[in-house]
Amino acid sequence: MKVTLHIWRQSKKSTKADFAQDGKMVAYELEHVSADMSFLEMLDVLNEQLTKKGEDPVAFDHDCREGVCGSCGVVIDGVPHGPERGTTTCQLHMRSFRDGASIYVEPWRAAAFPVLKDLVVDRSAFDRVVQSGAFVSVNTGAPQDANAIPVPKADADRAFDAATCIGCGACVAACKNASAMLFVGAKVSHFLHLPQGRVEREQRARRLVAAMDAEGFGNCTNQYECEAVCPKEIPVRVIAEMNREFVRSKLVEEPPSTKRVGGDG
Amino acid sequence: MKLDSKIPGGPIQEKWDARKFETKLVNPANKRKYKVLVVGSGLAGASAAASLAELGYQVECFCFQDSPRRAHSIAAQGGINAAKNYRNDGDSVWRLFYDTVKGGDFRAREANVYRLAQLSVNIIDQAVAQGVPFARDYGGLLDNRSFGGAQVSRTFYARGQTGQQLLLGAYAALSRQIGLGAVKMFPRTEMLDVVVVDGHAKGIVVRDLVTGEIRSHAGDAVVLATGGYGNVFYLSTNAKGCNVTATWRAYKRGAGFANPCYTQIHPTCIPVSGDHQSKLTLMSESLRNDGRVWVSKKQGDKRKPADIPDAERDYYLERKYPSFGNLAPRDIASRAAKQVCDEGRGIGDTGLGVYLDFRDSIQRLGKDAIAARYGNLFHMYAKITAEDPYSQPMRIFPAVHYTMGGLWVDYDLMSTIPGLFVLGEANFSDHGANRLGASALMQGLADGYFVIPYTIAGYLAGQKAGAVKPDHPQFGKVAGEVAAMTKRFLSINGKRTVDDFHKALGRIMWGKCGMARNEKGLGEALREIPALREEFWKDVKVLGGDLSLNQSLEKAGRVADFLEFGELLCRDALERRESCGGHFREEWQDDGEARRDDENFCHAAVWEYAGEGKAPVRNVEPLEFENVHLAVRSYK
Amino acid sequence: MSWLFDFWRSSIGGKVTMAVTGVLLFGFVVAHLLGNLQLLAGPDAINAYAKWLHDRGALLWVARGGLLVVFLLHVATAVRLSRANKQARPVPYASEATVQATFASRSMVFSGLTLLVFVVYHLLHFTFGVTNPGDFARKGNGAGGFDVHAMVTHSFSVPAIAVVYAAAQIVLFLHLRHGLRSFAQTLGLCHRRYTPIVERLATVLAALIAAGNAFLALSVLAGIVKVAQ
Repeated sequence: MKVTLHIWRQSKKSTKADFAQDGKMVAYELEHVSADMSFLEMLDVLNEQLTKKGEDPVAFDHDCREGVCGSCGVVIDGVPHGPERGTTTCQLHMRSFRDGASIYVEPWRAAAFPVLKDLVVDRSAFDRVVQSGAFVSVNTGAPQDANAIPVPKADADRAFDAATCIGCGACVAACKNASAMLFVGAKVSHFLHLPQGRVEREQRARRLVAAMDAEGFGNCTNQYECEAVCPKEIPVRVIAEMNREFVRSKLVEEPPSTKRVGGDG
Repeated sequence: MKLDSKIPGGPIQEKWDARKFETKLVNPANKRKYKVLVVGSGLAGASAAASLAELGYQVECFCFQDSPRRAHSIAAQGGINAAKNYRNDGDSVWRLFYDTVKGGDFRAREANVYRLAQLSVNIIDQAVAQGVPFARDYGGLLDNRSFGGAQVSRTFYARGQTGQQLLLGAYAALSRQIGLGAVKMFPRTEMLDVVVVDGHAKGIVVRDLVTGEIRSHAGDAVVLATGGYGNVFYLSTNAKGCNVTATWRAYKRGAGFANPCYTQIHPTCIPVSGDHQSKLTLMSESLRNDGRVWVSKKQGDKRKPADIPDAERDYYLERKYPSFGNLAPRDIASRAAKQVCDEGRGIGDTGLGVYLDFRDSIQRLGKDAIAARYGNLFHMYAKITAEDPYSQPMRIFPAVHYTMGGLWVDYDLMSTIPGLFVLGEANFSDHGANRLGASALMQGLADGYFVIPYTIAGYLAGQKAGAVKPDHPQFGKVAGEVAAMTKRFLSINGKRTVDDFHKALGRIMWGKCGMARNEKGLGEALREIPALREEFWKDVKVLGGDLSLNQSLEKAGRVADFLEFGELLCRDALERRESCGGHFREEWQDDGEARRDDENFCHAAVWEYAGEGKAPVRNVEPLEFENVHLAVRSYK
Repeated sequence: MSWLFDFWRSSIGGKVTMAVTGVLLFGFVVAHLLGNLQLLAGPDAINAYAKWLHDRGALLWVARGGLLVVFLLHVATAVRLSRANKQARPVPYASEATVQATFASRSMVFSGLTLLVFVVYHLLHFTFGVTNPGDFARKGNGAGGFDVHAMVTHSFSVPAIAVVYAAAQIVLFLHLRHGLRSFAQTLGLCHRRYTPIVERLATVLAALIAAGNAFLALSVLAGIVKVAQ
């Protein structure tokens, strides 16, 4: 098959939030595309041709190419990861497009994800959110036996559903407000449904939301585009859970005590 | 090259305790004066960086991905072994130890394997405490499944994403330390060389993949957790970025490289669909719990699988290995698949494939039960092949998956360069010539969470903290060499792309040093690889500049190292004149079964770099088996 | 009270403010409709109702003040969040697409602004008597000695006014439908069984309110309610 690609080309890192001027859409014709190719393999073929012609190949993030590392992801015809539901860009195959299709390929667009080059964006904001509290504060050591705390299967399954998040950022890219609430909600939900995670639930909810806000992500207006494009099909239920946890944490929060605590004991 | 494995004395059960006791400690107030550089953020790297930071060391951690969470450990599907014996089916530390030594075809170091089996139990506890959502049964307790090469159910799993969940656990622990300021994380940063000062590893030289800047980082010890070298075959189940660069450059600075020829070919991967193929996708070994492997009894049978009656199917694993059946270890299952394909009984257009059939399990357990166990894998298969595995059997074929060889390390996980520690797949220690399923996650985490935090203290206690600074002349020299190499790639401006060379190398490796190897083929490979390398340095085309994000340049560096390393791999395969585990030499076989030569090859081969253009030196570390007696490995 | 301001300033605090003020405004809209439905019961009923309301004195002013605060908070929070959202996504895609977001959810800012304009007009019309002073000044036995029934029926006998009021109800329907759906989600009330019910209920309630209001607006033209003489 033959396709026409319109790809965002940008040679340097965006320096300001409004980076519309930093690059432009460039059209490429690509022939002999096999329906069995993955979308990224199709880009590989394009890059081989560009390199041979002496043109700079298109930069895009990718690594595992089996849908789990979360590195890859481009917006294809306005939809992050393209037209197939529950699929990462690396697992999208060209059989999903018709012969002669015109395909628009753009990077994630969000102020919190500045473009580094072409289709490569900086998603370190996600890491910083996780660093603020998406963990259980246990050190490596000798915790109790793994079976000491039974976890109802339904809870474990819910935690798992949220924990499958691959951190690709498609939720942010799809959101008209570039909100990261599906991502952050998934972290809250993962730990909320496990007894190990409940110990720090209030602090976690407060810190994650504060970190998310500080990164400049937008706000959720309940349009649920994030859910539609999430390659792991994480439900918007996790956002509701985060909202609840945050409100709850704010309601139960006490001002810091002025009494002296502890002592030399 | 002196190879002192430093295995503690005493009975095997007490060796690790003995080592922990005799190892010197670093006083808590002094720990913060020592800086440890951890390269790689997979299971081994992330767990090591987090655990060392928790202890109080200053840690810097590096990964080439944009986030530490993306290391390829994330793609491990099936599970992690632990000798918990929660099933009451006769498991024990000793049995896991025994299975792993035997599974490795008696080419691993006994003491390391025993320690691994001991620590397996702690890993599960640690992961659960971190909030890793393992599969549970309706009573709320942890569930287990069986894996190849074992007759007990000791594999803990999280649907088909166990590696992901364990890595996210380690990543969470690492992130916590980054948030606390105890670890400084450098994502999108690739290590390009080790800096050795007065015989000790005291730092690394890295390239910032965004700005292209070459930087020096000094430390009191360097920990490499940079994974395996499967991508030397071009097509493998590894991530595209996986490479040998870190361990190869360490080798060229004096670290011994052990058993590079031990490569694991995984039996259940999705077959190649065409020339455009950029990687192979694994279908978890756990599928063999419920899937039955077969081909037609007839050659060139082009009928649809559903049209082939049971009487005309050859369930060859069940036939050849009745006691393990479809759960035969990976090397054996792969070889059996190759054999039936060589006989002309392979399936699909290429004839390079066999069926993995769930028909009987779906009849027995129902579609829902199978979907609950393997739903995400079936989904992934359907995505890639556009075939429905619920209604027709999967097509599978072996593919390069894991590399047992790696930098040689002693019992403390230190390489032959003092101060350079190597963890996880990057080292050679625990899996011998073949790794059993669900053991890689176990090893990576055991090394990172529970071994290195103890053993590194023994080294650091003898070192003056912060003795070498980044302004030491050796850093400048190494950084200059790295920068010169980078510039050289850009200056060639030939006609062929980096991928083109990588594919050519892969064809040589897979064709001549793949599932079956022989003297003639290896000899050819050893002539072809240097020729290809020479051509690479004459005719490669790398565009762009060095001071920017340049993915072609990154690839060029990795492929250049593969072009050197591939030769070492073939050389090792040639010199190991026996068949064992994943290394199958056609000259040494009994009717398709590997024939070991314990008399002459019961050792680890450790290669020593002798300089540019010189043949490397083969050293050996003899392996002694005091607890599991050398025997012909049989799964019949 | 700084913690309350901090809460409002946080992303989720902003959402919660929208949800809570939104649902209060919804309550007002319900009460407003129920009261106005008395138009159907004839001039005496609606005028008596208006007078009763007016005679509440201070209580009425408290209610009006409260309503104003809620309304302003709703608008101010919406302005703050919309600006932040715009900043978060400064660059549009060359090829924009929507997968599952409803039209109502995507047009909240538009519907909100439209309603704001409408509310101002509505107040100028019926509360301050600016736009149709003739209708407003009719004396009667309603609130403050005015004839509410006459004022309403005369206004709605003008097709342009009736159509504007009715059209505003379409916008109100869209706004309420998404607002009511979002209310439960924002406050974290979600459940596999009940959430779909809540979502359907939101559509039904929004439709009932809009239909009721539109019905009143068009009732004079339709001849159901007679114009006061």
